Amino acid sequence: MTWPHKDLLDVTQLSRADALEILRAAKSFQEINSRPVKKVPILKGKSVILFFAEPSTRTKTSFDVAGKRLSADTFSLAKSGSSLVKGESLKDTVLTLQAMKPDGIVMRHNMSGAAQFIAERLDCAVINAGDGWHAHPTQALLDAFTLTERWGGLEGKTVLILGDVAHSRVARSNVHLLRLLGANVRLCGPRTLMPHAVKSWNVPVFNDLDEAVRGVDAVMCLRLQLERQQAGLLPDVREYSRRYCMNMPRLAKAAKNCVVLHPGPINRGWEIASDMADAPESLILDQVSSGVDVRMALLHLYLTRKERKE
Amino acid sequence: MSQADLVVRRAALAQAPQDYVDLFVAKGRVLGVFPSGSQAAPEGAKVVEAEGLLLLPSLTDVHVHLREPGQEWKETIATGLAAAAKGGFGSVMCMANTDPVNDQAPITETMLDKAARSHPRGPRLYPVGALTMGLEGKILAPMEELKTAGCKAFSNDGRPVSDSELFRRALEYASDLGVPVIDHCEDPWLAPATGINEGVVSARLGLRGNPDISEAIQAARDCLLAEYLNVPVHLAHISSKRSVDVIRAAKAKGAPVTAETCPHYLILTEEACEGYNTNAKVNPPLRTGEDRQALLAALEDGTIDALATDHAPHAAHEKETPFDEAPNGISGLETALSVTWELAARGELSVEALIRAWCQRPAEIFGLPLNRFQPGDPADFILFDPNARWKVTPQALLSKGKNTPLLGRELTGVVKALYVAGKHVS
Repeated sequence: MTWPHKDLLDVTQLSRADALEILRAAKSFQEINSRPVKKVPILKGKSVILFFAEPSTRTKTSFDVAGKRLSADTFSLAKSGSSLVKGESLKDTVLTLQAMKPDGIVMRHNMSGAAQFIAERLDCAVINAGDGWHAHPTQALLDAFTLTERWGGLEGKTVLILGDVAHSRVARSNVHLLRLLGANVRLCGPRTLMPHAVKSWNVPVFNDLDEAVRGVDAVMCLRLQLERQQAGLLPDVREYSRRYCMNMPRLAKAAKNCVVLHPGPINRGWEIASDMADAPESLILDQVSSGVDVRMALLHLYLTRKERKE
Repeated sequence: MSQADLVVRRAALAQAPQDYVDLFVAKGRVLGVFPSGSQAAPEGAKVVEAEGLLLLPSLTDVHVHLREPGQEWKETIATGLAAAAKGGFGSVMCMANTDPVNDQAPITETMLDKAARSHPRGPRLYPVGALTMGLEGKILAPMEELKTAGCKAFSNDGRPVSDSELFRRALEYASDLGVPVIDHCEDPWLAPATGINEGVVSARLGLRGNPDISEAIQAARDCLLAEYLNVPVHLAHISSKRSVDVIRAAKAKGAPVTAETCPHYLILTEEACEGYNTNAKVNPPLRTGEDRQALLAALEDGTIDALATDHAPHAAHEKETPFDEAPNGISGLETALSVTWELAARGELSVEALIRAWCQRPAEIFGLPLNRFQPGDPADFILFDPNARWKVTPQALLSKGKNTPLLGRELTGVVKALYVAGKHVS
């Protein structure tokens, strides 16, 4: 198929067929990642700039590994090493990068809408690696891929997204994508960490985790940021963990074979009990592996789009 | 009518457009308005043929930001007043959040001097002095000095005074001088000025929203203070139904409260921010359809007294950033009458309410020149073509601020001429 999209800004751009195509492609790259020599020449001669204006371990490394395994040249730029710290505007920074003729820019930025902002101004492909509280499409896709690998499909499954939904780009993208792929979604967290207009998302919202977890097939924990306590949204981390830490006793209330996910980095004991994180039901490391598969698929689809058209 | 030096012939009054009238002006003042042809124009009088045009009092905008001194790349007094003239405004009040802040007489005098030199025929400029020094909300500004220099009101606009004790004292002190206080209603603790409503759109876009209660809570405080002290307070750029409810209740109890809203709250909703449109980023933010309807009803019944543009020009590069980084504000002087006239044409607002809100009430509240077309009134008027269409483009705007969510839209209604004190301005 010809890939219709120049940029990946959010999963809301994708049709169900698009999303399934990405997951299919990820499956084929998963095979490459299990070989002794994990490198193919698909993107030889292509260059990708990894522009991370916000700290990241797994997403940045995952894109870097994905690009290199496809033989693309990847170049990393952090905000601290860019002219943004000298007061250069985001527009001028990315126009400068584009003038070096990359085939794609993968960007993380602390401001919602930053990926759309640059995509509207650049000719090359833009892949959003997380923008503010808005979207983290590649995380949602890798989560969907991880669950699909476990279940064979998402149709009819129930996924609970747990924690700081209001400030979570992972939650926003996952709510949309999981439903697009046929899953039921629930949200759980304190009201202070839910968007005021969460009703408009049309998903059940709980503030009692023991109630929310009943019968679910997967629990997707979100990361808790300490700033939330400083901002007056939470009493303290201990109380948060009493109410919302995912642990083995709570897992017992879920459906049989319920799995637990977390986008990382994890705070053991806050969002997820340490033994829960290491339990067989935890898919946290599977998510990391899936991340490489999915990002290879995405780089392939977005960077070879023009060639495919021709 | 022998002494008339200006005669406008065959115009129509906005409230009765079917009847042609002639306006007679002498020495900058209205002599009278008569059925067309009933009075002969004296020899030597300048005669302006206005057939097909509406005759309206010039508009008064009690809330603009002209950026000078200090931010002349966004706007100058010269460009701002040119935009005001094009929009049909005969009088404008410019806010104190310049750099330096208008908290001492020399700043006020500089503004007035710049206006007199760049626009000697008008529009008339009336600076608003700072309520507190540096707008810091700590020490009262020297209000008598500012009044003497020419300030017509005091306000901390943009940096509302959240300290209720200080605001009370500011109201009391200003009332001694007989000068009104304008308050930007926003509880900064409840939400910073994020430029987008807390609602469906902000939740989807992942932006921190500003809840309507941040405005309504401070509006309620101000209404209570006005009632308690029996001192007038004017509430700036009201954006929400909740605030309207507060103001209506306060007025019913006799509190000396007045209020304004802006055209953008009447024609747009939070959905204008979709796609992270920074030109729709404004403080207070664009709200919901329900808020919009409540504001229209409040204008109609007089709960909201006045319209004001809150003209807030910014340079293009300042708005060309991610949403969170962009400054708040919409450039509004030149589109104001067209968009509100369209509301009247659609029947969402009566022509009477529109004229009351743009002309009569703002002049009454702040003691500015008011033209009711009665003999002796200042001859501040516009000739308006309600059917002419124009497209909002950067090139079409005289303001340096091209930052309007209406860019690209075709609007109906063009100010063909502005007269201030009987003199043709533009």
